[in-house]
Amino acid sequence: MEGGPPPSAEPAGLYVHIPFCSRKCRYCDFVSYTRTDLIPRTVKAVVKEASLYEESWGEFDTLYLGGGTPSLLTGSDLRELFSGLRRVFSFKDSSEITMEVNPGDVNPDRLGTLNSLGVNRISIGVQSFRDPLLRFLGRRHTGEAAARTLKWAREVGFEAIGADLIYGIPGQSLTDWRDDLRSIVDFRPEHLSCYQLTFESGTPLDLQRRKGKVVPLNDEETCAFFSETAEFLSKEGYEHYEISNFAAAPHCRSRHNLKYWSHVPYLGLGPAAHSFDGGRRRWNHKNLESYLKASDRGEPPVEDGESIDWEKFRLEALFFAFRTAAGMPWGHPALEPGTDNHEHYRSVLTFLELQQLVVLDESGFRPTEKGFAVADSLPGMLDRC
Amino acid sequence: MTSKMQHIRNFSIVAHIDHGKSTLADRLIQSTGVVDERAFRDQLLDSMDIERERGITIKSQAISLPYKARDGKHYELNLIDTPGHVDFTYEVSRALASCEGVLLLVDASQGVEAQTLANLYLAMEQDLAIIPVINKIDLPSAEPERVREEIEVELGLDSESALLCSAKEGIGIEEVLEAIVQRIPPPEGDLDAPLAALIFDAQYDAFRGAIIHCRVIDGRLKQGDWIRQMGCGTTHRVEEVGVFRVNREPKKMLTAGDVGYIIAGIKSVRETRTGDTITLESNPRPKPLPGFREAKPVVFSSIYPIASDDYQDLADALDKYHLNDAAFSYEKDSSVALGQGFRCGFLGLLHLEVVQERLEREYDQSIIMTVPSVRFRFKLKNQNLVVIDNPAYYPDPVEIEEAFEPYIKASIIMPDRYMGTVMTLVLERRGENPRYNYPTPGRIELTVDLPLAEVVYDFYDKLKTVTQGYGSFDYELGEYRSSDLVKVDILVNGEKVDALSQIAHRDRARLRAKQACDRLKEEIPRHMFKIAIQGAIGGQIIARSTISAFRKDVTAKCYGGDITRKRKLLEKQKAGKKRMKMIGQVTVPQSAFIAVLKSEQE
Repeated sequence: MEGGPPPSAEPAGLYVHIPFCSRKCRYCDFVSYTRTDLIPRTVKAVVKEASLYEESWGEFDTLYLGGGTPSLLTGSDLRELFSGLRRVFSFKDSSEITMEVNPGDVNPDRLGTLNSLGVNRISIGVQSFRDPLLRFLGRRHTGEAAARTLKWAREVGFEAIGADLIYGIPGQSLTDWRDDLRSIVDFRPEHLSCYQLTFESGTPLDLQRRKGKVVPLNDEETCAFFSETAEFLSKEGYEHYEISNFAAAPHCRSRHNLKYWSHVPYLGLGPAAHSFDGGRRRWNHKNLESYLKASDRGEPPVEDGESIDWEKFRLEALFFAFRTAAGMPWGHPALEPGTDNHEHYRSVLTFLELQQLVVLDESGFRPTEKGFAVADSLPGMLDRC
Repeated sequence: MTSKMQHIRNFSIVAHIDHGKSTLADRLIQSTGVVDERAFRDQLLDSMDIERERGITIKSQAISLPYKARDGKHYELNLIDTPGHVDFTYEVSRALASCEGVLLLVDASQGVEAQTLANLYLAMEQDLAIIPVINKIDLPSAEPERVREEIEVELGLDSESALLCSAKEGIGIEEVLEAIVQRIPPPEGDLDAPLAALIFDAQYDAFRGAIIHCRVIDGRLKQGDWIRQMGCGTTHRVEEVGVFRVNREPKKMLTAGDVGYIIAGIKSVRETRTGDTITLESNPRPKPLPGFREAKPVVFSSIYPIASDDYQDLADALDKYHLNDAAFSYEKDSSVALGQGFRCGFLGLLHLEVVQERLEREYDQSIIMTVPSVRFRFKLKNQNLVVIDNPAYYPDPVEIEEAFEPYIKASIIMPDRYMGTVMTLVLERRGENPRYNYPTPGRIELTVDLPLAEVVYDFYDKLKTVTQGYGSFDYELGEYRSSDLVKVDILVNGEKVDALSQIAHRDRARLRAKQACDRLKEEIPRHMFKIAIQGAIGGQIIARSTISAFRKDVTAKCYGGDITRKRKLLEKQKAGKKRMKMIGQVTVPQSAFIAVLKSEQE
């Protein structure tokens, strides 16, 4: 097969990275700076960056403000950002506009402001309701603050509330985790992201692991947390639609994130943001200074990129398929329908079905819960040797 | 006899491994001055690296040493070096057939060993003059008088005639040279009879093709003559004849009694046969010299490239290697598990190891070799007799009426304190009809009939271990005996791994299968599903092990900024897989095959 991914019919997504935190969490390896005084300048630079793409990017139907900590932006920062983006780009009426919010940064007033600015979905970084675990992670809020934020968000009128939780924290028992899950579902958030704690290299947490001061959970334990999460949330009516993501109903899935997993183009603005235009993926300078300087010069602040050829597309499509409940339809180009390879894939998938890692039907294949847990190894099974 | 012949001595040095054969050869070369000190390389005759490392000679070499004896006359001493290992008995016998005498070298502390005896018998068969030489007398552990007694009692030689020397220190070398002149008879031969030259070796030269090493028995030979190899029936025109100094030295003519070389436009050593007779096309001998036989491989193994892309490279390497080793044979083979490869035949296990090492070192090949096998015979119910050295061609068991496997007559000499452990080993390896002999107090010679298949399966290593290095081993091939053979298959998740199949005696099958299963269990990484490893005879499972599945490996996050990084990890994983073999859906690293095919360990 030649060429790259087939063109997408779906509108693109817009991501804005706000690389600022008042304090870095010990497990986090996202690009983030504590020089919050640079926020206004960065917001201006993002708007300027957007204008570089005015011609080449058309209409969006999602906007996602991530970080970092977007909730550090003041009302005027946000106003400037939103009006700037709306000036340059057009957004569909039904657009999903998400902002990540840190409990403790917001009160009902601020939440009201966000709502009035057009944010219609907020994602709250709860992580845990247990203060000792929050301290271990280096979070600067309490479990109670998280609970308050969830409550307020509902009161202010948000109809799409998401919460992020972390499990597999050293010292956290399965019971602790079940309690956290019980607490969160009491708020009936529309969306839940439950992440297993990972020891990203270069983080203070990983340094402690290397020194032997912190011992990660073993295969057995993480597996227990993983299946407990899925089971618990499924009983509560949540759909496990991606490895770490759960939705209260199909329309509650993160439309923005789903674009990442289906090769729909997305434009990323801000330091370290990645973009995919349907054929190439590129990423901005991670370094804030380099980003700002490029912006001053009026250049695209792009650090590097790669074109997604057929083979890369195929491999990515496969690992997306094994990570999402939607799986992959038989007609997907990555399965090379109508070729001998297609038959090979089918026979491997039939084998994986016997191992209860996927289910097959007339439309395609989908990973099972058991398959989700080993999704990193499944694309390799479909290698053509 | 011509006066020229009176001044020629053709001799060999024979010894048990490590008794100092090469060192003595070097010392003789050095003291006759054919090589100046500066150019002198230790152990000149063992020119191959592996030989130097292992201290054994695999290919014979030859050299002519000019020597002025005490009688004031000039002699030409032709030293023909012989391979020093049991796998090469036939080559040794041809080299000895080219001589009139041997130096039988015995280590002053080790004494008479299994190969000392075997070599002595070979020399006696050729009716050669035998000069016992006790070497390494400089060592603190040397017991020349005890060894003298062994020579008398065990070898039945006149111990008074034994010379004492230390090749390493250069002691007694002059006496050795004098003894060669005095005690080894000059060659006899008829200068006017039709040419008869005995091929005792051949080497490959990239520019000149095969260089035949021969001893002229009768007649004469010069450039331009048309020669015929009587065994193969091929004829060639002689381009050059000469003798061996440090390098080849061309001569006008080789005559009866001479040891020298022939270059005759023969492309590879494959087109010559050790033991064959060369005669003149124009005036042929009526009958070839006695004792010629084809070198027959007795041990077989398949060679596969580790990466299947390297098949052509391996084919080229084998082609080149074969030019220089006529005893090695190979043909195409293929395996479902390992892809395209070659089925190869060897003179013995050591020969196999040498080929393996040379392919890896000199030809830079990464290879996997399957479990060494011997050549089995099967009598089928339809009365056909089939011969099989590759488990892939094992006949349908219901068709087999009777199976046979080759036996050897093994001789093991050891200090008597090891008798118990050696006996256990030998019986475990299905040894039959053990006989003992006590050549000298404290030492035992055990003669036993052993299935060759048991010997090619790590017997040397085991023997060395249980005797702490003091046991010595020699064998000669014996007859085929009726045997209860089965084919042991290894299955990974129900898929037969053809490259791991073995033909084994029924009593040993379970053990072999269990070892293979255990090894694979250690080497195959965990997968996302359970892997059953089984050893089976037909449909009957005789051994099994299980690799449990890993249950979680997934990374939590995969958003816009993670995709490229994640894909790169998968690409890396995929590249790693290229060095692996797929058995059904199971990815098996090469190390697993190597571990299984390697000889057993405790």
